[in-house]
Amino acid sequence: MHSEPGVLGPATRTACVRSFLQRLFREKPLGAACGVVFVLFLLVGICAQWIAPFGMNEINPINRLKPPSWQFPFGTDNLGRDMFSRCLHGAQLSVIIGISAASLATLISVLIGIVSGYLGGKIDLFVQRFVDAWMSFPDLVILIVVVSVVGPGMPQIIVTLGMLLGIAGSRIIRSAVLSVREHMYVHAAQSIGASTVRILWRHILPNVLPPVIVLFTTRVGAVILAESGLSFLGLGVPPPAPTWGGMLSGTGRTFMFQGPWLALAPGLCLTIVVYATNMFGDALRDLLDPRMRGSR
Amino acid sequence: MQAYIIRRLLALVPTLFLASVIVFVTVRLIPGDIIDMMLSQNDVSASKLSRDQLVEALGLHRPMWNQYLRWAGAILLHGDFGRSLWQNEPVSDYLLARLPVTFELGIMSLAVALVVAIPIGMYSAIRQDTSGDYVARSFSILMLSVPSFWIGTMVMVFPSIWWGWSPEVKFVAFSADPLQSLKQMLIPAVILGTALSAVTMRMTRTMMLEVLRQDYIRTAWAKGLSERLVVLRHALRNALIPVVTLIGLYAPLLIGGAVILEQIFVIPGMGLLLLDAVNQRDYPIITGVFLVLGVSITLINLAVDLSYGLLDPKVRYR
Repeated sequence: MHSEPGVLGPATRTACVRSFLQRLFREKPLGAACGVVFVLFLLVGICAQWIAPFGMNEINPINRLKPPSWQFPFGTDNLGRDMFSRCLHGAQLSVIIGISAASLATLISVLIGIVSGYLGGKIDLFVQRFVDAWMSFPDLVILIVVVSVVGPGMPQIIVTLGMLLGIAGSRIIRSAVLSVREHMYVHAAQSIGASTVRILWRHILPNVLPPVIVLFTTRVGAVILAESGLSFLGLGVPPPAPTWGGMLSGTGRTFMFQGPWLALAPGLCLTIVVYATNMFGDALRDLLDPRMRGSR
Repeated sequence: MQAYIIRRLLALVPTLFLASVIVFVTVRLIPGDIIDMMLSQNDVSASKLSRDQLVEALGLHRPMWNQYLRWAGAILLHGDFGRSLWQNEPVSDYLLARLPVTFELGIMSLAVALVVAIPIGMYSAIRQDTSGDYVARSFSILMLSVPSFWIGTMVMVFPSIWWGWSPEVKFVAFSADPLQSLKQMLIPAVILGTALSAVTMRMTRTMMLEVLRQDYIRTAWAKGLSERLVVLRHALRNALIPVVTLIGLYAPLLIGGAVILEQIFVIPGMGLLLLDAVNQRDYPIITGVFLVLGVSITLINLAVDLSYGLLDPKVRYR
């Protein structure tokens, strides 16, 4: 809560960001390093087709099941496809799904959280009962059921994951709104007759921004993990799309006993990216929103 | 206390109602035609069901509210979840056979999670901000980030390449041979349990840190008790009470994780039932599994909330 809403000029804002980054690197070196990994992951995802030495589905029968070497750093699979290139393209899919589903989830969380938390009363009660009921289903089970009806594919997964995590995350935003709602400047705005929409937009939203940013970061990790689980079960983005989860399942699985490197690379990519995202989110939380420390 | 229990049970009604609506709406209302999906499966030609017969069998020609009431009413009054579309056996038979298997895996994973997490969390708290604490906390986030299906895959692949050993995948029911059954579930339970231990560890640590600053702990130190007694008898027992709530929080994670691990280790629980049903587009089974899992989790959470008062005399039910 270090900023008054709407009074920062662009120059102060840049200074603010710079001093924040300095604090991040000084106080949370591991979190900052993970932030760097996270940014690298985004860059790799965006530039995958220019970095990757081979196409994602470039089949080369002579080089099938080659162990890792200088030419093929992660080895090749049963069709002679370069695993390194496939992992890079997998990063691209993860970036697309991760960022878009996490954005959608954050948007939904903010909408539900702000409305339910600020308006309170009967609306809040009803919305919270609904969120209760919704959260009593395991994420993966909802995903499987929805995909069984709409069929697998990227847009369906983004929308479903976004809704799923969005509804669950609304609790965090709601609790932040509940405390902001009682501040003097909100009462002041109410007393001069500002409209509800204006209060929500100009006073509540800017002041719950720290938890929103933290929520977004941790959601990216959660989305990537959930999508890979779904692809692993064969219900995610259909093959031959090189998703990290998909590479660990399907036909690849039968060849892992001949080429164990097939089991390593995609899993390692997943773990590193999700770990970096979680650690980065944790560091952001500690710096931005000390009240949420230790809660997860 | 009694008034509280009654109020909680009453509050259960709207939650369960909303949950059943969510289940119903998710399966019936999402764009995408169930019938077309089912007809696109090749087994349909074998079962000789025409489109109209399918609509009739699923009752889809009735209005939506009527469908919901029939569906919910049959479950409430007769425990009737409908019949499997392909095997034509009652869905409730499948659910009754599979639910205990998933529960066994879940309870074992929970035990593993607690056994791993509580000592580490305790250590982390009494040695706060040492390198040991830092390693333990980073490790816990690491465990949260490793996908369990990747570990499961590696457990299947590498021991078999190196030592020619692979986990047993022929399922033994608990009622048939309890020891063998537990042994067989040990590996998936350890994988799932370590993943969950991360959250418990952090919670234990936070709670321990809070309790260690209390006056009665200072008193315990002041009267010259050993560190062992202070930590184990005075601090840990108080710190662990909130950790119980985690069990309720875990229920969805345990069941969600079980779905994937059941697939890898071929354990015929609810997860495998769901995945098989999804592959066959067997909607009565999908709906049944979906509903039963949601209701189980709601009931587990209720039980956790109620037991909280028994464990912690300071809690007053309003």
